[in-house]
Amino acid sequence: MSRASFALPYWLSAPGAIAILALVGLPLAMTFALSLHPFLPDGSVGGKLTLSNYEQIVSDGYYLAIFARTFALATLVTLVCVVVGVPEAYVLSRLSSRWRAVSIVVVLGPLLVSVVVRTLGWAILLGNEGAINSSLIALGVIDAPLRLMFTFTGVVVALVHVLLPYMVLAVWASLQKLDPATEQAADALGAGHFTVLRRIVLPQVIPGILAGALIVFALAASAFATPAIIGGRRLKVVPTTIFDQFLNELNWPMGAALAATLMALVLSITMIVNAFVERRYKQVFA
Amino acid sequence: MAFLEITGLSKAYDATTVVDSLSLSVGKGEFVCLLGPSGCGKTTTLQMLAGFVAPDRGRIELDGRDITRLRSNQRGLGIVFQSYALFPHMTVAQNVAFGLEMRNVAFGERCTRVADALELVHLGAFAKRYPKELSGGQRQRVAMARALVIQPPVLLLDEPMGALDAKLREDMQFELRALQNRLQITTLMVTHDQAEAMTLADRVVLMNKGRIEQVDQPFDMYSRPNGRFSSTFLGKANVFDGRVGAGGFVVGDTTLPMGPSDVTGDADYIVRPEKVEFCDHDALVRGHVLARAFQGNHWLFQIKTPIGTMQITQVNHGLPLANNGDEVGLRWAPASALVVNKEVLHEQS
Repeated sequence: MSRASFALPYWLSAPGAIAILALVGLPLAMTFALSLHPFLPDGSVGGKLTLSNYEQIVSDGYYLAIFARTFALATLVTLVCVVVGVPEAYVLSRLSSRWRAVSIVVVLGPLLVSVVVRTLGWAILLGNEGAINSSLIALGVIDAPLRLMFTFTGVVVALVHVLLPYMVLAVWASLQKLDPATEQAADALGAGHFTVLRRIVLPQVIPGILAGALIVFALAASAFATPAIIGGRRLKVVPTTIFDQFLNELNWPMGAALAATLMALVLSITMIVNAFVERRYKQVFA
Repeated sequence: MAFLEITGLSKAYDATTVVDSLSLSVGKGEFVCLLGPSGCGKTTTLQMLAGFVAPDRGRIELDGRDITRLRSNQRGLGIVFQSYALFPHMTVAQNVAFGLEMRNVAFGERCTRVADALELVHLGAFAKRYPKELSGGQRQRVAMARALVIQPPVLLLDEPMGALDAKLREDMQFELRALQNRLQITTLMVTHDQAEAMTLADRVVLMNKGRIEQVDQPFDMYSRPNGRFSSTFLGKANVFDGRVGAGGFVVGDTTLPMGPSDVTGDADYIVRPEKVEFCDHDALVRGHVLARAFQGNHWLFQIKTPIGTMQITQVNHGLPLANNGDEVGLRWAPASALVVNKEVLHEQS
């Protein structure tokens, strides 16, 4: 192979690489640089480098509480998505092809609607006068409306709805790779239906579950629209706090520091889980 | 009553009858091959035996017990799947132990039996490997060990050699036959490969369109096929369409010699390619060579004759006996030809 044709792939990928660097890499670097500058009382950004923003994040109980709430939210959303999404994907994979096509549209439906519209829909359902509360009251199950809007529960419900398709798709992908004969083999060896699911199907789709969980976790931790609309001002998470710092407080360095911290945390969690999956399952599924 | 007795087994999907009133008796320790082209119902039959498919009609009795409606996980049969269906997340030993775990066999006994089963298929050293780390032949042996370790009354094999290459397949066939002989386990194998069926089976069950065409020992089925389908599916055959006349078998303007036969009227005349020889005089038919192919131990000729194109095989003694386009005479002993009734087209019931 000549030198020219060896270099060709690099030249071909250059436009894409430059676009990524300019549009993703550069803003990230600038955000990180911004986070290292002080915010002065007169509202301007100081010139000298400092770690004071990060010091404040790790020492101020206000920020720690917001980070704790964000990761608790992301973890809970991920768990609910696993509990709901894994059986859902299994059932979908067993449907006849016609029903499967219909069900896929239903499952992927949420992704086709703008996140703001979808979340406002939930706000209508979850409100004190909303469909859920009015029907529960009409049925006599409760006397006073349940508080769902501006609560942790409300945000979890709405985020699960938004993020469930990612989990279903990830688990589905690994169910596709599963040889249905392995279930028959276990059955013929005397295993009951539940044992087949627990001992044969579930272990084979664990890589898919972990992949889906990573996507859901990262998206839930960085979700903005849903916590902003359903959670409101009372239930702050890191992304809504970043928004406030930038646009209300005009404290850009603090917003940048929060953004950098959130990204570093999500990235390291993702990489740790990924490394675990690689090491644990390489031998079995590679 | 036979050890495994299948009576009037039928299965239809929508309007298509896949298995049509199939009856078969299998003796204890017998090795039976279900042979047929794809779509003949052999796999469905095996799945009904395994309990994965519920028959519409018919009975399956095992050792005098009716198991037709028994759930598949209660039948206790050993099954080897075409894809082997090994559990990829378990080691070889865990795969083999699974059936014993389901039977609540105590840990100590389990280990011994798993080790014995792996020894049986020469995989003792591979117990801790995962299926991904094994070759095709080794996976097939693991599947075999997993099916045998539960000491099933019947072993069901669904095209177990399908995924192996030709040389390995032959080795595994001899190994399987030796294993089956040693364990004396009643075995039913599904295959579309007639050579495999002849190598392995005590009896071959030849199936076509959901029905049994012929059940016989391989040698008998080859020498006395009961019709056009049997003769062409099990080995090669020249089949002529004609009728039994006064001086022999009449095909068009030609009369072919035949031995004593009680067949009358319209019939098929079957002669195997290796029974035909070239000759200069006393030819039964004459023709010229259309094509010839060298196949190692023999030559295969296609000869165009007035009664149709014939296939002829000649043992490779050295040089070929005829060249393309040569005019040749053909003859065969009347006793090596077989006259059978025309196949009655099966009525769809």
